[in-house]
Amino acid sequence: MTTVTTSTSEPLDSLAAPPPSFRVVRRLLRRPVAVVAILLILFIYIIGLLAPLIAPYEFDKTDLAHTFAGPSSEHLLGTDRLGRDVLSRIMWSAQTTVIISGLSIIAGSLILGVSLGLISGYVRGWVDNLIMRAADALQAVPTFLLLLIINATMKDRARSVFTDVEDITGIGGIVKSGAPSFFLLTIAFSIFGWVGMARLVRSQVLSLREAEYVTAARAMGSSTPRVLFRHLLPQLTSLVVVTITITLGAVAALEVGLTFLNVGIQEGHASFGIMITQYAGITSIRAHPMLILYPCVVVAVLVLSFNLLGDALTDILSPRRR
Amino acid sequence: MNGLAAYVLRRLLLVPVILLVVSIVTFALGRFAPSDYVDIAVGTGRRNPEAIERIKEERGLKDPVYEQYVRYMGKFVRGDFGQSVRYRGQDIEDVILPKLWITLQINLVVLILTFAIGLPIGILAAVNRGSWLDPLSIGAFLVFASVPVIVMVPLAQLIFVIWLGWLPTGGWESRDVLGINLGILHTEAILPVMVLTLPGVAGLARYMRAQVVDVLAQDYIRTARAKGLRENIVVLRHVVRNALLPIATLLGFELAALVSGSIIVETLLGIPGIGQFAFESVTSRDYDSIMAVVLLGSAVFMIAMLVVDISYGFIDPRIRLTDQRS
Repeated sequence: MTTVTTSTSEPLDSLAAPPPSFRVVRRLLRRPVAVVAILLILFIYIIGLLAPLIAPYEFDKTDLAHTFAGPSSEHLLGTDRLGRDVLSRIMWSAQTTVIISGLSIIAGSLILGVSLGLISGYVRGWVDNLIMRAADALQAVPTFLLLLIINATMKDRARSVFTDVEDITGIGGIVKSGAPSFFLLTIAFSIFGWVGMARLVRSQVLSLREAEYVTAARAMGSSTPRVLFRHLLPQLTSLVVVTITITLGAVAALEVGLTFLNVGIQEGHASFGIMITQYAGITSIRAHPMLILYPCVVVAVLVLSFNLLGDALTDILSPRRR
Repeated sequence: MNGLAAYVLRRLLLVPVILLVVSIVTFALGRFAPSDYVDIAVGTGRRNPEAIERIKEERGLKDPVYEQYVRYMGKFVRGDFGQSVRYRGQDIEDVILPKLWITLQINLVVLILTFAIGLPIGILAAVNRGSWLDPLSIGAFLVFASVPVIVMVPLAQLIFVIWLGWLPTGGWESRDVLGINLGILHTEAILPVMVLTLPGVAGLARYMRAQVVDVLAQDYIRTARAKGLRENIVVLRHVVRNALLPIATLLGFELAALVSGSIIVETLLGIPGIGQFAFESVTSRDYDSIMAVVLLGSAVFMIAMLVVDISYGFIDPRIRLTDQRS
């Protein structure tokens, strides 16, 4: 047990037993800010998911006759220096964001974070100690710097692993699809991403495990996994949802930041980070302000919406509502 | 104080352990990555196999990896960080120091500004709770907090450099003031400082607001008002002082944000600080430099976090009591 609240404990620690989820949703829908945030997120996510169907062009379809074209009926947001359709690139980039956030959240927060938190809080003892010391260690190091280094050093290795997989299985196109960088980013995010969720879940489980219904379940002979996943986990749904909401925005921003530093999604695939990198120099911004403005605005709107939604959720679920 | 002493001791003991793990992982990542760092040293042009062999021999790259690691760490703890591949023939510590100073200048100013702006806004919002001032002040800064630095820099450049023409395009000038190199005094410093300050302000203001609102509801505030103190005195002397106590925690968050922020901002704006150095070292596979940056960065970061945590324990003794119960 840590005796001093560490600086890294999250504001959500104070969440009391959350109200049933449908009431949360109803209260949420009464807040205009939250509704707008949800709509914006859904809008961007749906566009991302449907990018293969609705994007007017492929994101890498070049048209050297029409470079740096202004908005027209053919290219609603114009084209970039290779004549690639900016609107399509944004849509495909949104897809990348959805995939990366989805994979990282599932692997890091949901699978690793929730189960480690459940185990840590329920089993206690040296297991708890081990998991929490690992969490301490991961929070004690500068995450971004290590993410940068892991991705930079391992990106070639990841590609060669996937090339081998292609050779062995005979399935083509895995490397070309960008899978290695998605895979690597997901792993790297998951290594650091489980900590916050695990701490929150653990702190809740510590008090829930003393509840009478848990004792009853155990007395009736439920196994530990059954108690954890059938009896404890459902109680934590809203907490998990709030945490994921807040994390999703952060993951999107991280992906863009790492891609900008040339270690995330690689050139040849769609990403807001790549769009920003290509036109980030001051000369580019001066010459083609719109090319940098579009991706920046979309990322900003997405992250802002997630933060506003997370804020509203925390506010609703917090026992000390003001 | 027994509990605190034990806690401090345990945290202190954890620092070298974590540093050890970080150093092993970073070293291993460097040595097992597919492209060798001699490839970088030799360059991509015509390759001379003999030269490559010679360099590998000279640098001891043919020894087993654990021997290389032990040798590197042995030198590292004595203050010899190895040689940079990119800055040829220069020791890394000589390359790093001036860069560290630039980053330090920026980050110190950012920290001071964050607190100088964030705290008053938080207090203002809490005291004016329920009026339009509260959501406006907090909401405005929440927007800044939500926009990632990577997006904020191009947008700020677009607005302040190109459209308004107020700020220089980027880079870093140095100026000697009484023998000290203070580049922070140039207009080049405004953009990075602004971009790094704004996100922190929002977090701090919101936290401060919550604290002040909490304290305002306390009995001793009612007592203070009941005995006829003016509202200004109540707020400044009774509320703010007590609300400030837990603020130390936020320093930790700030530091974490500054590490990642510095890397991106310095790279984008061409500021020759430690963040840009980190990025350059990573892209050019300059492994000794990477080791130096990661180990120094982690050590400074951990010690700062530790100081924050300890000061928190000293400031607010109630933490001890609540924890013993749980």
